[in-house]
Amino acid sequence: MINHKFDQPITSLEELAEEATAQQEKQTCYTDRIFVCMGTACQSVQSGAVLQALQAQVKNREGQEQCLVSPGGCQGNCASAPLVSLPKGDLLYQRVQPADAEEIIDSLSSQPVKRLLCDNKSDFFVKQKRVVTNHRGLLNPESIEDYIAAGGYSALLKGLFELSPEAVIEQVQKSGLRGRGGAGYPTGLKWSTVAKAQTEPKAKADQKYVVCNADEGDPGAFMNRSVLEDYPFRVLEGMTIAAYAVGASKGYVYVRAEYPLAVERVKNAIRSAEKHGLLGNKIASSAFDFHVEIRLGAGAFVCGEETALISSIEGGKGLPCPRPPYPAESGLWGKPTLINNVETFANIVPIVSQGADWYAAIGTPRSKGTKTFALSGRIKNTGLVEVPLGTTLREMIFDIGGGVPDGHKFKAVQTGGPAGGCIPEEHLDATIDYESLMELGSFMGSGGMIVMDDSSCMVDVAKFFMQFCAAESCGKCVPCRVGTAHMHDMLDRITKGEGTMEELGQLESLSDVVKFTSLCGLGQGAPNPVLSTLRFFKAEYLAHIVAHTCPAGVCGPIGQDIRRPTCAL
Amino acid sequence: MRVVTLKINGQEMSGREDEDILHVAREHGIDIPTLCQLDGISEWGGCRLCLVEIEGSSKLSAACVTKVSEGMVVNTESARLAGYRKTIVEMLFTEGNHVCSVCVSNNNCELQDISHDLKIDHISLPYRYPLKQVDASHDLFIFDANRCILCTRCVRVCDEVEGAHTWDIAGRGIKSQLISDLHQPWGDSPSCTSCGKCVEACPTGALFEKGKAAGEMVKDARFLVYLAEMKEEKS
Repeated sequence: MINHKFDQPITSLEELAEEATAQQEKQTCYTDRIFVCMGTACQSVQSGAVLQALQAQVKNREGQEQCLVSPGGCQGNCASAPLVSLPKGDLLYQRVQPADAEEIIDSLSSQPVKRLLCDNKSDFFVKQKRVVTNHRGLLNPESIEDYIAAGGYSALLKGLFELSPEAVIEQVQKSGLRGRGGAGYPTGLKWSTVAKAQTEPKAKADQKYVVCNADEGDPGAFMNRSVLEDYPFRVLEGMTIAAYAVGASKGYVYVRAEYPLAVERVKNAIRSAEKHGLLGNKIASSAFDFHVEIRLGAGAFVCGEETALISSIEGGKGLPCPRPPYPAESGLWGKPTLINNVETFANIVPIVSQGADWYAAIGTPRSKGTKTFALSGRIKNTGLVEVPLGTTLREMIFDIGGGVPDGHKFKAVQTGGPAGGCIPEEHLDATIDYESLMELGSFMGSGGMIVMDDSSCMVDVAKFFMQFCAAESCGKCVPCRVGTAHMHDMLDRITKGEGTMEELGQLESLSDVVKFTSLCGLGQGAPNPVLSTLRFFKAEYLAHIVAHTCPAGVCGPIGQDIRRPTCAL
Repeated sequence: MRVVTLKINGQEMSGREDEDILHVAREHGIDIPTLCQLDGISEWGGCRLCLVEIEGSSKLSAACVTKVSEGMVVNTESARLAGYRKTIVEMLFTEGNHVCSVCVSNNNCELQDISHDLKIDHISLPYRYPLKQVDASHDLFIFDANRCILCTRCVRVCDEVEGAHTWDIAGRGIKSQLISDLHQPWGDSPSCTSCGKCVEACPTGALFEKGKAAGEMVKDARFLVYLAEMKEEKS
């Protein structure tokens, strides 16, 4: 029996297992545990006050020492925030106010508080498959002890002590995991490219980097934020495994400054992991070193593009560069660099610990595993969901999402952020995977899913996304810099009833030019919302141009002329 | 360095592995239009005029930043490419305020030459007529933002050859603008050495010498190639 003390670094799998058992035992001495979601959505509706009220109740009462109230992670249904979960009895309370604390603590020994109960057996919960978010928020995101008790870091130590770097890469390749940032590049292939980048020009082999791309900027997307906030240790563990596999000793988490809570949690996770010898020099007393630093994005959307991200980390302006050379070959300071999305790294831990075959059994033949999505817009259950790839859009929107509220009619779902497209009702039976979304002129993207009903004008939607792209264009290449501005102006004129059929043709041909001549993904994807709305909702464009009306009543009252009124005198 | 053989527009040719398509093509008499590219300074890849089709790739590649490789089959001329190039040049004309008749660089302007070559006789996109400034604070030179196409040739030559880095781009997207130092008048710039390299590198009449009348500003940036060669020899 190794008598390991937790303030000392962990050095072997046995010690980790022992530590996990010790931590579990520590937790079992509590008869009740209460988790209050401390994600951004819940905090915005005062879940912090709920946590304090519950903790105060427990503290002030005799005989309640057996109850532990701790911060937890996101439950997914952010629309019902703040959420409080009680693992014992599998209860979930929604819209909890600080004043409810007394009642909740009272109910621990009796019946649950009925008026606060959230039906966690509904389709929203049952139809999901949680791999990345498998702890369902029942984990204190700030505590490495909790993470280890839940089996954390066993994947890293398994990799370090039982698998060679090549074997880790083989596992990732066999799992069929594809990049969760949206483009769907096979992760295993990327890893092996970076791993092999050492042999060719020997001069470059001295240093490699692993970068976690957490510059999530798509409108309506918050999956990466949630994953980083709730599972910072898991993302770090995934990065560390990646570093071991490709031979890197230095890593960066590039996270946007607009996510202060995520930044705080990652900072804390880096400190805790370093303290326990699971990050830094000689990880778990092996010969492997890996240091991680945080870099904050300053608000430029284009920095999510990998070459612009590299330039930003290097201290330059966030401008994309032509590829090749790809970062896998020549990235940060010209060294081989592995860049993966937050969710890709979060998927590594279950793949290594549960095996590639288990992972590959989830999803479709070409798109394996699960994917998190941020459901937003005109939908009942807004929030964070995770489903196996291959789920249909209809299941996603009507079963999990609960459909469109207030008696409105579903019109379209926008996936893939500003580079994505709008998918109409008739294609809702399409499955969610990389290829089928591409066929529909959309894009998997990082996982934003914005639902629109009959009160949304599709021309206005296209204009919104074009405005976003024009504002976020870095200005380096001409077609994106000038083309997006022209396209926005054209869409603006159409929404004002001033567009012409000739201009519509020009909009289409301009879309083609910008799509195929732009330097980076931002410009290449910018015309997609226009092209997809033109493909599926051309009638709305024609209504604006020919009849000067807006069928949805967004650009002007329904049935009325949307043109600027001419002076009555 | 390996030498590779490739085919450009059906013509067999050879090039060094570290050469880009643009230079190999030019060596063999095939002209590909460019604006942001200038021999003697680093490549930028921003104007997108040198886009070419490469067999086996669904994407278009910028010839100035794509290295040649063995067996590569490149096509630099097609109706599609010509259409794209035309639209891109049109975009540049609508982005600024280019009035050739009163421009110091009239008849000596690369933007004008390219629009002649591409047979652009009218602009189908709407002009944006932006409000832009003229900076005449420098003793010797003038910067007219109306004629600037943001090719960054001045930025690169000032940074890489002169080592002053007086110029850079501020803002992003359509709001990008060329600024000197921390956005102060050029004449007040403490870093500018008044060497005039940026003026010679500028493809349009955006940077020019004081005292020149319309059509009188003739530029020649060929000395940059010589400087680059000298620098290479020394190192």
